[in-house]
Amino acid sequence: MRRIKRPGKSKWLVNTVLAVICCIWLIPTLGLLVSSFRPAADILTTGWWNIFPHRQWTTATQMTLPKDTDLRQPIKVGDKTYTDAELRKGVVVDGKQLIWENRRARVLDVQERRWGMIDRFTLQNYATVLGGKTYEIKMPDGTVTTEQGSGMSRSFWNTVAVAVPATIIPIFIASFAAYAFAWLRFPGRRVFFVIIIALLVVPLQVALIPILRDYTSLGLNGTYFGIWIAHTAFGLPLITYFMYSSISQLPKDLFESAFMDGATNFTIFSRLILPLTVPALASISIFQFLWVWNDYLVSLIFLGSQPNVQVLSMQIANLVGSKGNDWHLLTAGAFISMLMPLAVFFALQKYFVRGLLGGSVKG
Amino acid sequence: MQVQAKKGNTLRLLVLSVMVPGLNAGLHGLIFLFFRNSTLPPVANAVLAIIWGALGIYSIYFTFNWVVEQYPDRWKRRILPFVFIGPAVLLLGWLLVLPALRTLYLSFFDASSTSFVGLSNYAAVFTDRLLAVALRNNLLWVFVGTFFCVALGLLIAILADRSSFERLAKAIIFMPMAISFVAAGVIWKFIYYYQPGDQQVGLLNAFVVAFGGQPQAWVSMVQPWNNLFLIAILIWMQTGFAMVIFSAAIKGIPEDMLEAARMDGAGEVRVFFSIIIPTIAGTLLSVTTTIIVFTLKIFDVVMIMTGGQYNTDVVATQFYRQLFMFQNAGYGSTLAIVLLIAVIPVIVINLRQFRRQEGY
Repeated sequence: MRRIKRPGKSKWLVNTVLAVICCIWLIPTLGLLVSSFRPAADILTTGWWNIFPHRQWTTATQMTLPKDTDLRQPIKVGDKTYTDAELRKGVVVDGKQLIWENRRARVLDVQERRWGMIDRFTLQNYATVLGGKTYEIKMPDGTVTTEQGSGMSRSFWNTVAVAVPATIIPIFIASFAAYAFAWLRFPGRRVFFVIIIALLVVPLQVALIPILRDYTSLGLNGTYFGIWIAHTAFGLPLITYFMYSSISQLPKDLFESAFMDGATNFTIFSRLILPLTVPALASISIFQFLWVWNDYLVSLIFLGSQPNVQVLSMQIANLVGSKGNDWHLLTAGAFISMLMPLAVFFALQKYFVRGLLGGSVKG
Repeated sequence: MQVQAKKGNTLRLLVLSVMVPGLNAGLHGLIFLFFRNSTLPPVANAVLAIIWGALGIYSIYFTFNWVVEQYPDRWKRRILPFVFIGPAVLLLGWLLVLPALRTLYLSFFDASSTSFVGLSNYAAVFTDRLLAVALRNNLLWVFVGTFFCVALGLLIAILADRSSFERLAKAIIFMPMAISFVAAGVIWKFIYYYQPGDQQVGLLNAFVVAFGGQPQAWVSMVQPWNNLFLIAILIWMQTGFAMVIFSAAIKGIPEDMLEAARMDGAGEVRVFFSIIIPTIAGTLLSVTTTIIVFTLKIFDVVMIMTGGQYNTDVVATQFYRQLFMFQNAGYGSTLAIVLLIAVIPVIVINLRQFRRQEGY
């Protein structure tokens, strides 16, 4: 259905307004990306937008004052005098700026405003964040050994180990359940299903304290298995609902003829249902994957802080806490954690959007 | 003769029914122990974990199904559905339903869950200043956050529909959905970053200084407006969600309906309010509900940006603090239950909507 485009001025206006909004939406991420490639010192002294061409003070000539100039007295430059404080900050005369280049050697920069940009970029931030730091470990016998921590690359792999199974398992369980709810008749079918629908909106906070207690007594805290089934349970209602609406729309004849041929429910499920619902499976997988990958609360509570299982979001949150102003590390770290979800998002955007629509536009 | 064969069969089924679950549990238990004590390099660990997760879940369904297939037809038909929904029901029961009830129970007990205190935790939640601030802020999140997400989402959906770069615009607005709140926290902390003096590297303060203003410590000192600066992050992240769904709904409006209205001389504003809004009312409701539920549970943004300091606490961060810092399971549970009570109307609306759709 092609819309009849409205001609003239209004279209121009629409495009401009939308472009402005898009810029506002893009700028935060752009700032992060640019900053993550800048040297630490640069980040703290100039804004990241200085990488774009702009008018800036550029040193044209230098001026050496007499060696015996007293910095505590007014300083004579040419036929005018300035204070030391002024020259440290930079003082503008006739469109030129005077600023100390080297205060001890009494060298002044004479700067002019010229077009220019900052083009110092580095990969050092990423190397630091990924390479990790060295830990000093005191051995029982009193000697000190240093150990190279694997830093963020370690938690990257931990996140993979958490996120991929925590995507596969709930989808598997939910699809089986959705198949039973849609095509098998059994007592309690309605009750169970309505409960699952009601659980869709229950905030997971109500479950955390009791689960934590169970996990502690079962030794599941800080294990992959524990976090998989936590994510599975929290994701199940939505995925079941979603798979149900997809599976229940398949034509009935399909099942009947398969039954006639003597297929069991299990073979019908794995040979017929799964292949036929691939679009739905794809979109809900992306959804669940992004959710688990980006999760912070559940990991914070059930994984604890052991470095060997720590996930990316926790590590970055720790960085924010411990190195609040080390923007070179924070920005690089944040960008590493965004790489995977952004790649998944841009590669599979079409399915992702379709998944969103399947879940909420109905009706 | 036949009776004996039947008996043998029953015995075999019994043994199978006990052994297969037992073997499954034993095997996965062993693998679990292996992972818990593993010192493998991270990459190998991740690969093995994925294999275990995927094959493990398949093997459970496969073996249980195989056992049930051995049963006589009459039994098979009765048991199989429960094999299929079993894991879902058990997991939800163990990790959502029972915990919710247990949390409700805990909310009537004191900090260490030992002595019964009746409703006094609930009284405290509504009178204690810290907890009251958390509730107030949550309301702010729900109203301001949801309003702007929905309004902006609708506006952008309509603009995009008429623009010349619809797909690009939608991808840009939608992209923050893929970013974690933690990463978004870093992004926005940098935008709000404050240092004294004229040289500002945070974007917002650079703007303020460029226009001759005084730089501000946005998220800490500018109370109570700092909450709005945090909510802006949510709006940045969630507007894309609303936009995508509105966009689909708007495209579903029949073209001749819009054209007829325009023929009759209705302006674009009139068309918007008299035709577009009423037609997508259902979608509007479901998107609003989704975002309300989402904002009620908001946690990560506040945790990363301020840790709940400077009067920015919300129910979820206060919950976390009560539980882990003050070791007060009573307050923690009560806050969770208050949150649950707040979403009950949403649950009811959802169930009604569902019943209408599916005829359950």
